[in-house]
Amino acid sequence: MQLESDKVNTSSSAIIELKNVNKWYGEFHVLKDINLTVTKGEIIVICGPSGSGKSTMIRCINRLEEHQSGNIIVNGVPLTNDLKKIDLVRKDVGMVFQHFNLFPHLTVLQNCTLAPIWARKTPQKEADKLAMKYLERVKIPEQANKYPGQLSGGQQQRVAIARSLCMNPQVMLFDEPTSALDPEMVKEVLDVMIELASEGMTMLCVTHEMGFAKSVANRVMFMDAGEIIEENAPHEFFTHPKSERTKLFLSQILQH
Amino acid sequence: MTAHIPKPSLPAPAQTVGVVGWLRKNLFSSWPNTIVTVLCFLLIAYYGYLFLDWALLTADLGGVSSDACTSGGACWTFINVRFPQFIYGFYPENLRWRIDIVYAMFATLIVLLVNERVPFKKWLAIFTLFVFPVIAFYLLYGGAFGLEIVDTHKWGGLMLTLVLSCVGIVASLPIGVVLALGRRSDMPVIRSISTVYIEFWRGVPLITVLFMASVMLPLFMSAGTDTDKLLRALIGITMFQAAYMAEVVRGGLQAIPRGQYEAASALGLNYWKSMSLIILPQALKLMIPGIVNTFIALFKDTSLVLIIGLFDLLALVQSAIIDPDWPNVSTEGYLFVASMFWVFCYSMSKYSQALERKLHTGHRN
Repeated sequence: MQLESDKVNTSSSAIIELKNVNKWYGEFHVLKDINLTVTKGEIIVICGPSGSGKSTMIRCINRLEEHQSGNIIVNGVPLTNDLKKIDLVRKDVGMVFQHFNLFPHLTVLQNCTLAPIWARKTPQKEADKLAMKYLERVKIPEQANKYPGQLSGGQQQRVAIARSLCMNPQVMLFDEPTSALDPEMVKEVLDVMIELASEGMTMLCVTHEMGFAKSVANRVMFMDAGEIIEENAPHEFFTHPKSERTKLFLSQILQH
Repeated sequence: MTAHIPKPSLPAPAQTVGVVGWLRKNLFSSWPNTIVTVLCFLLIAYYGYLFLDWALLTADLGGVSSDACTSGGACWTFINVRFPQFIYGFYPENLRWRIDIVYAMFATLIVLLVNERVPFKKWLAIFTLFVFPVIAFYLLYGGAFGLEIVDTHKWGGLMLTLVLSCVGIVASLPIGVVLALGRRSDMPVIRSISTVYIEFWRGVPLITVLFMASVMLPLFMSAGTDTDKLLRALIGITMFQAAYMAEVVRGGLQAIPRGQYEAASALGLNYWKSMSLIILPQALKLMIPGIVNTFIALFKDTSLVLIIGLFDLLALVQSAIIDPDWPNVSTEGYLFVASMFWVFCYSMSKYSQALERKLHTGHRN
């Protein structure tokens, strides 16, 4: 395959590698020397106060944000300004947003088939079948012909997950997927995410759902002021946080 | 514990709903209101009657010259006699069937396109946009298939108005979209070219553009390269309206949330695909009122070609009014022009409203 030449050698099981990544918004230093290695099948939960750079970090992984120094290597492809490489990375990385970002002028089914048809050149029939498979997996096949505006928030977010899965990603990025939802809808989205995790998907989740972190994460990371302050296995992370900053943060979100 | 029995819904008091309720609330709610209502009604009735009497009851329609207008009412005979000229301009009489065919095709296509139940919409639209203009050009201008050439200086009247506005509308929208995308581009060169273009063309009056196109442009060109005057006017109008269209489109593009761009990128769609499949379909829907507004303005602005010696509907009627054979017909003439323009503009407006309702998919409410 000609694309192999674009790939660089990384440790065999690493699917995402961030090495000394720095990013600035104008003068503001958002990401400071971030180092992170994600292995295939790993589920990582990233938490931290707002403005700590957690969303920015995962948005750098599929180049929605540009980093200014350091290396990001996704599935063997180093991210540069080269559009082909960005394309290659985006094919492997799915993303779910806080505000769903479904396309309101298309039906649920069209939302799911659009990218396979236009970016992957999948034939319409096949794309429909694929979309229905994933819509069944997120348990809303019956809504396929409705418009996103007719669905509840939880349903919309599940459609967004199905839409990403239709591109057969190797990695899924979740950017606060439950933060914009009414409380009674959080569970239906988390259930889908837990199921996805149990099937071996590599996942990076920015979330404050500590229950989710405890039950499925391999690693929990705490970020503050653009740095990864601490990372650990969930049990250790929650019972014996190492830094004072983490303790304070955990006490604030777990108190009530 | 007793079960709760819901109270039945009773009908509203008769005087608060229906026509009677509406009248009481809006027109006769108090004594002063009632007096104003009655006075206004009398005024409307009086002037309405005067107008109707002039326009219909005592009007003349038959006859072939101003001598037939004897009753003192409106002299529709004038419109009746001059009607073919208003519609066809100075087009040779024996060739007017060619315009008739174009009119008929145009009307049929519009009706088919607007009608919801017609199948093969996509092909019909492609035909209307790409095949019909070619057919219309050869029918109107001639020069192929054994059709005699009719020079554009013989074109005029409604036919010229429609040619100018249809070409202007169809050509300025895509150029406007490209300019709007250019002005929002990340590439500095493309952005500045688009910005300069838009600001330049928006900054000059259409009359100046038309003057430049018809008077100045030939001076700069080498002798013998005489482009058609109508063509020059068409290019001028299109360039001018494209700048306006670009700003309307840019407004629509800015209303699309960033998340839509991000979702499209994250799914691996490139710039053109995400623009054409995701951003523009949503933006154009938001822009319908603005776009149609520009279309209507363009339709009416076509009358300005009068100053470069092209006779559109208004110019033709105006020149007919000063004909000494037809004294005192200016009111009839202007009323006729106004109602013709109004019919076209109002249809566009109505269709745009229907389109908005049709494309509404229950979001953003």
